[in-house]
This record gives sequence, C-alpha cells and structure tokens, in this order.
Amino acid sequence: MIPEMYIRGTQVNYYFICKTKLWLFSHNITMEQESDAVNLGKLLHEETFRRDEKDVQIGPISIDIIRKGDVLEIREVKKSKSLMEAHVYQTLYYLYYMHKFGIKAKGILSFPKSRENIEIKLGEEEKEKLERILEDIQRIVAGDMPPPTRSKICKRCAYFEFCFS
Amino acid sequence: MKKRNYYILSDGHLKRHENTIYFENKDGKRPIPINTIYAIYSFGSLTVTSQSLSLLAKEGVSVHFFNRHGFYTGSFYPRETLISGDMTVKQVQHHLEDKERMYIAKAFVEGSVRNMEKVLSYYDIDFNTDEFLGMLYDAGNIPEVMGVEASARTEYYSHFDGILKHFKFERRTRMPPENEVNAMISFGNSLLYSTVLSEIYNTQLNPTISFLHEPAERRFSLALDIAEIFKPLLVDRTIFHLVNKRIINEDDFTGELNGVLLSDSGRRKFISAYNEKLNTTIKHRSLMRNVSYQRLIRLECYKLVKHFLGVTKYRPFVIWW
Repeated sequence: MIPEMYIRGTQVNYYFICKTKLWLFSHNITMEQESDAVNLGKLLHEETFRRDEKDVQIGPISIDIIRKGDVLEIREVKKSKSLMEAHVYQTLYYLYYMHKFGIKAKGILSFPKSRENIEIKLGEEEKEKLERILEDIQRIVAGDMPPPTRSKICKRCAYFEFCFS
Repeated sequence: MKKRNYYILSDGHLKRHENTIYFENKDGKRPIPINTIYAIYSFGSLTVTSQSLSLLAKEGVSVHFFNRHGFYTGSFYPRETLISGDMTVKQVQHHLEDKERMYIAKAFVEGSVRNMEKVLSYYDIDFNTDEFLGMLYDAGNIPEVMGVEASARTEYYSHFDGILKHFKFERRTRMPPENEVNAMISFGNSLLYSTVLSEIYNTQLNPTISFLHEPAERRFSLALDIAEIFKPLLVDRTIFHLVNKRIINEDDFTGELNGVLLSDSGRRKFISAYNEKLNTTIKHRSLMRNVSYQRLIRLECYKLVKHFLGVTKYRPFVIWW
C-alpha cells in the first residue's frame, strides 16, 4: 500500500479550505460536534438518497453513496456550492483511489438542496495535481500546526473560537 | 438550538421515553428535550434510569450530583468522544517537565491573583498584586506556588467584610462552613468546579492531568486548576450581588451540623444568580463577537490546547472590562 492511500477524503477537502483545519482534523482535534453547519450537513446526508447504499468504507475513505452498474457510481453529497474546488477534489480523490485499485468509476457531486448534480471526471491533469496535493497533505500533517490566518470564511468555521481566542 | 444548563432542585425521577428525557416528580412530568441540555446539575434525591443515562451519554451531556447539603458528590462523565492521542501525550509532557509544569501552574495563579485585584478594584480596594506576582516569580516548586495562591487569597478574603453590606465573613472556614458567606463560597466553588468539568469534557483535554493541583489529589484536578482563575468573576461576584442587593438573607440558611448551610430557598437563589452570571455576555476582543462568561471557560481550555501544541504560549484569562 502506498502511503498516500491512508489519506481521508475530508483531508483533501480541508486542504483547499484551510491548512490549520486540515492539521487539527488530522490530529483528531475536532470541534464540529457543536457546529450547526456540520449538523445540517449530517442531517442532509441522512435524509437524502435513502434507498441507496450509504457510507461505504474502503480503507480510509468513506463514500457517501455508491450505485452499482456498468460503471460504479460514486456520489458525494454537499449542502452548498460554496467552496466548490474543495468538493470537486474530494470527489476526484475517491475516483483516483478507485482507479488505483483498477476499478472503473464515475463521480457525481450532489446538491440535494438545489437539486443539482455535477459529474466529475478524473483526467491526467487532475491526477497529477492530486498526487502533488496528497504529498503536500502528508507534509503538513507531519509538521507543526500551521498558524491560523484570518479570512472571511473563518466566521462560520467550527474552529473559529479555537483559532482566535 | 441553544443549549442550557438544567438545575434540578426537587426530588424525582429522570426517565427516557424514546429520544426525550423526562423529569417526573409529585407535581407531574416535564419533558426536557435532549438537544437543549448542555449539562444537568442535580441537588435533590434523583433517581436516574440507565436508559436516560445512555441517551445523555450519546449526546455528551454530563450530570453533576450534589448531596442534600449542597456538597458536590460526583459527576456522570460520559464516555469520551473527543480523543486525540497527540494531545494527551503533549499534555502529559507538559506535566512531567518541571519547567513546563511550573509555567502553567504559575500562569493559573497569576490569572487568579489578577482577577482578585480586578474584583477588589471595583470597590476601590487596593490589592498587593505586585508583591504576590513577585513571590510567584521567585517560587521554585509547586508547593511554593500553592503557597502564593493561599496567601493572596487570604489577603483577598480579608477585604470581604469591607464589601459585604450585611453578614460577617471574618475568615475562610470549610467543612463545615462557619457562617453564611463561607457557606456560599463553598457552594459556589463546587458549582464552578462542575461547570469547568463540563467545558473540559467538550475539548480534547484530559481532566485528570493537572498542573497546579496534584493529579493524585482527587477526581478531575484540571477542573480545580482552571476554576481558580474564574472564582473571583463567577463565584465571589455572585455572592456580593446576592448579599448587597439583599436578595439573600438569614432565612436562606440553616444552622445544623455545627455549621451553616444554604437552605433550599438559599440554594435556589444562589443557583439562579450563578446561572445568570454564566449567561452574561461580553464582547470578546479578538473574536469580535459576544461570548458568555461560561464560554470564556471553554476558550481558556482552547488556549491550553494551543499551548500544549506549541502554537501560542498560554496567558491566563484576566477580566478586561
């Protein structure tokens, strides 16, 4: 098993959002238990796609919804289209992971609230970028906690009080 | 959903029906929706079913028990869900290395002394802060640090009779408290201890690894450490408020067991004032948002986490308003 295969999807997502958040989450310092946004996301995840197979755990990754067919369909459910790049790369990472196992899969990003679905394709360019990202994630996690930098998304983050108190 | 503390003062049963907790006593049955409970403080004789404990545990709600004299007996501290091995290792490391432990122990006492000064300054009373901080600086071991804390507190308490408009305090007595003010200090301190414990529960900190108090001492000694900083703000000010506004009076105490204790009505008044204090909000200077006094305790825990992780050096909370 190659080391990058121990990375979780959420870590890829957080890589795009905030390096401090990525580090804390990777060291099991989580604060989401009190976040309304996170609870809303959980509820959405539970309430949608009730007939499908959910939370399929493959190694470190946990796929929201899987549908079997000619090609495997991987679905990642999100509540809004903000932070889109993070969502896209999280889904790309799942496709990359499947690809490593030689499994043909297609990815869909689902936004049940706006009833939108976006198909995600893993091309060569994305694959290369992902490999660089996965290496970078390992480097960040192994190092000291990156000091928080304040941005406009901080206000809604579960770590806000932690970072700036 | 805004969560809040529930204080149960009468005798009764805590039961679960589906996903709701019910408090039942001779006057009837009252639902307590699970997602509105932050922590439960129980002062009466309470019967709790295991089904309700398992729901409370699932939601991470701690239950603090006090006996009928108002003394703290223990807590139901649910299974830890926020666990970080890295964090525990670092917390232990800071405990084991003398220099690191002394830094944190001294910071706790410094915060405590500075907050005593703040409370007294409201009444235009001078406090020998510099002298105590000097002694603190010179302290070479934990018992000496504890000694500074004790002498600062003795001087601090000596000013209480100048502040309190009725009731005599004279000196601190415990087990049993000899007069009304001592009864309130004892009761308030144990309430605060449980409040701090609930905050620690919601972080990755280990409540048994302390710095100022010895971890071997008893129970969750990190809660004792952190409580020192908040006593002046949350306990002492509550007492001044209750006494000087004449909310509490002689009838709210009972004089049994060679000591003085809060009566049911006294406890009710104290808890209500204490809870009001916890819910008081203040604009935080770096967060730029309103935080409650209770939340300040959580922020203190976060600051310790950051200290252990080597991100920001810990500085104790000092009343800034």
